[in-house]
Amino acid sequence: MATLLNMSGIDKAFAGVSALSGASLDIAPGEVHALIGQNGAGKSTLIKILTGVYRRDGGTVQFNGADSVISSPRGAQEAGIATIYQELNLVPLRSVTENVMMGYEPKRFGVLINWKEAHRRTREILTQFGIDIDVRAPLGSFSTAIQQLVAIARAVSLDARLVIMDEPTSSLDASEVSVLFGVVKSLRDAGVSVLYVSHFLDELFEICDRVTTMRDGRTVDCRDIAGTTKLDLIAGMLGRDPDDIEQAGMTEFGASSADVDKGAVLLKAEGVSTGPRLTGFDMVLHRGEIIGLGGLLGAGRTEAARAIFGVDRLVQGQIDVNGFGAAPDTPAAAISAGFGYLTEDRKAEGIIPDMSVRENLTLALLPKLTKNGQIDRAREREVVAHYIKALGIKTANMEQPIRELSGGNQQKVLLARWLAIDPDVLILDEPTRGVDVGAKREIQAIIRDSVAKGVGVLLISSEFEEIVEGADKIIVLNEGRIITELTNPGITEDTLVRALAQTEGQAA
Amino acid sequence: MSTRDTELPAAPTKSFEWGPFLRTNGGLVALAVILIFNILVTPNFLQMQTLFVNISQVATIAIVAMGMTLVIATGGIDLSVGAIMALSGALAPLIFLSEFGQAYPALGITAAILVPLIAAMACGLFNGILVANLKVQPIIATLILFISGRGIAQVLTNGNLQTFSNPSFSYLGTGKVLGLPFQGWLALGIACVLFLVMTRTTFGRYVLAIGGNERAAELSGGPVKRVKIGVYMICGVLSGLAGLIVVAINSASDAARNGNLMELDAIAAAVVGGALLQGGRAPIFGAIIGAVIIQLVKYTLLANGVEDEVALIAKAIIILAAVYVQQARKE
Repeated sequence: MATLLNMSGIDKAFAGVSALSGASLDIAPGEVHALIGQNGAGKSTLIKILTGVYRRDGGTVQFNGADSVISSPRGAQEAGIATIYQELNLVPLRSVTENVMMGYEPKRFGVLINWKEAHRRTREILTQFGIDIDVRAPLGSFSTAIQQLVAIARAVSLDARLVIMDEPTSSLDASEVSVLFGVVKSLRDAGVSVLYVSHFLDELFEICDRVTTMRDGRTVDCRDIAGTTKLDLIAGMLGRDPDDIEQAGMTEFGASSADVDKGAVLLKAEGVSTGPRLTGFDMVLHRGEIIGLGGLLGAGRTEAARAIFGVDRLVQGQIDVNGFGAAPDTPAAAISAGFGYLTEDRKAEGIIPDMSVRENLTLALLPKLTKNGQIDRAREREVVAHYIKALGIKTANMEQPIRELSGGNQQKVLLARWLAIDPDVLILDEPTRGVDVGAKREIQAIIRDSVAKGVGVLLISSEFEEIVEGADKIIVLNEGRIITELTNPGITEDTLVRALAQTEGQAA
Repeated sequence: MSTRDTELPAAPTKSFEWGPFLRTNGGLVALAVILIFNILVTPNFLQMQTLFVNISQVATIAIVAMGMTLVIATGGIDLSVGAIMALSGALAPLIFLSEFGQAYPALGITAAILVPLIAAMACGLFNGILVANLKVQPIIATLILFISGRGIAQVLTNGNLQTFSNPSFSYLGTGKVLGLPFQGWLALGIACVLFLVMTRTTFGRYVLAIGGNERAAELSGGPVKRVKIGVYMICGVLSGLAGLIVVAINSASDAARNGNLMELDAIAAAVVGGALLQGGRAPIFGAIIGAVIIQLVKYTLLANGVEDEVALIAKAIIILAAVYVQQARKE
């Protein structure tokens, strides 16, 4: 098979710590190639070397039959490698045309931008991808999915031979994902190669041709995806035997607290509304219970969490906490009522990137660590040391800035932030998103342990197996309303999917 | 993304790397360079008198720069510091020169120090409420007092220069402790207190958390509004104090000139000292080093007969260099 890209024997070390050793990657023209691995396996580093963000310490890179001389992201773009990042690097306030044409605007007299021509070309490019939108409108007025497609369209219009997509579906809902997949397939048909990085293994089977697995900075496997199972992929990433995993179940929730009798009522929501995105939400949460919120993106799951945590103001209904009667109206009040809220967006609402692991971990606990305004630093270190050990957080020491940790370890620190306040109610919004398989199971085990200690958990997860195996009860939402409730034991992924499908049917 | 295996091959030992060293210790290196230059070039530099003059002048910049550092650490900025200096400086002589102040000198002096500081704190409260509760952009919110504060001060004094002779009040600007200016010790004391506040207290932790990621700080129960108001109030009080010191040094209060352009010096000192304009860092002693650098550059040029206007350009170059180093630090 001819190759478009061949990277071999790539070495890279940061400050003496090796991130890649002898990694390789091989992509054929017109193939969709998956790159998988746990956080910290070296995927991002490898991609950044390819796109000229980092310089390699050793190894060779051949692109399009010649030795690659790419030394900057701009150079990569000119060589025909386009990268669609997780965080889109577009300008939301400017029009779609400006975003697509940025830096390559058609000119009149060599200086003035020929807007008519620019709009026309943009429309032409977008139509190829089946997108029909007003190209004069600000990009930010469209959904994330459309924005992402615009980013891809821009990349392809620059004659990309290879498009790199980093977690492209993490913020898309099901219908948007299928549009994206359509675009990926049309790229492939046009002879463009796609390097596809994703934690959602199910997707890979749908659109990828081959898959490269990385582990600990090495490329451990490269194979056709046909004839591979999900279990094989997980085993490859973890470096474990597939049979072991099969016995243990896919998540750490398996054989959950079915026989634990439910304790006192912790939280009771009645007719809670915060606006069009959440209306008439009812729920009762007991000690030692996990309630799952099911639904698609935008169904009102996060809104329910925000209402309970006092972030969004209630316009109707009431929330009873532990018999207190009043709902917390600020996060601070919610925390002192014994609530913890692990947010969906780790970067924007969770970590404080430049602060240390220690400072991040004790942020919610601060009021309890304080005497006369002074932080009890000895006790603080004690708490942090305890959780680093208990949750197996991989950090050089507790003073390391949290941004230097891998996604899974950042998530564990945030989880510890809430466990440390010794909560009664834990609201977990996508606790394992963007986290590698190993850390995912560890996080699930941590959740299970705290439930066993009597914590009530409200679990939001887009991973069906997590919510199906974990929750005692699933409340299914659609367009801000409760559609149905499912009770475990007896829920399967199948019944949940059917419940969701029904909601789709009703909505239509 | 990095693995932390212990068995990995050790890093090859490299020779000393200047880049990272300069980036983390740039301020101290710059200070050392300026000092060595002065010792070699400037006549009579190594004299008690030089030290004395510089300390008495740098103290006000340093005091305001520390307040500014706290505000910047929350991701804000305070343009009103100079105007607050003028206001508080105008109030003090009004009080101790009044009939009440003349009749009860001790009470008069106390009031002449406390009332301006309280007024300055109120200005900070005003800024803080605009920024925290009304969500006005800090640069606009503090522009209000930047424009009106000095105006109020001039109205209070009818635009006159107030001269006075009051040894006990002048101690603020001319007193000596262990042979060095009183205000130098004052600045050092404030620095120590603020350093402890930033490293040991919940308030300090929240300041940095808000600057680092305001959403996260709020969702973790941080009292975002109160802390923001707090830093503007601290900045206001410190500006008020600096205004009093300037008046005390001159034995005269000139509402038109007191604290003029101080906001720029304070921001420059904070940035040279390592504060990040997007927030999340509060190097208190850095602010002092920044203030000293700016003061010394001014002094060096003046002592060597370079004109004042050129000194301004030099200041701009320092700020440029500091921002450049910051950018480099971010990769």
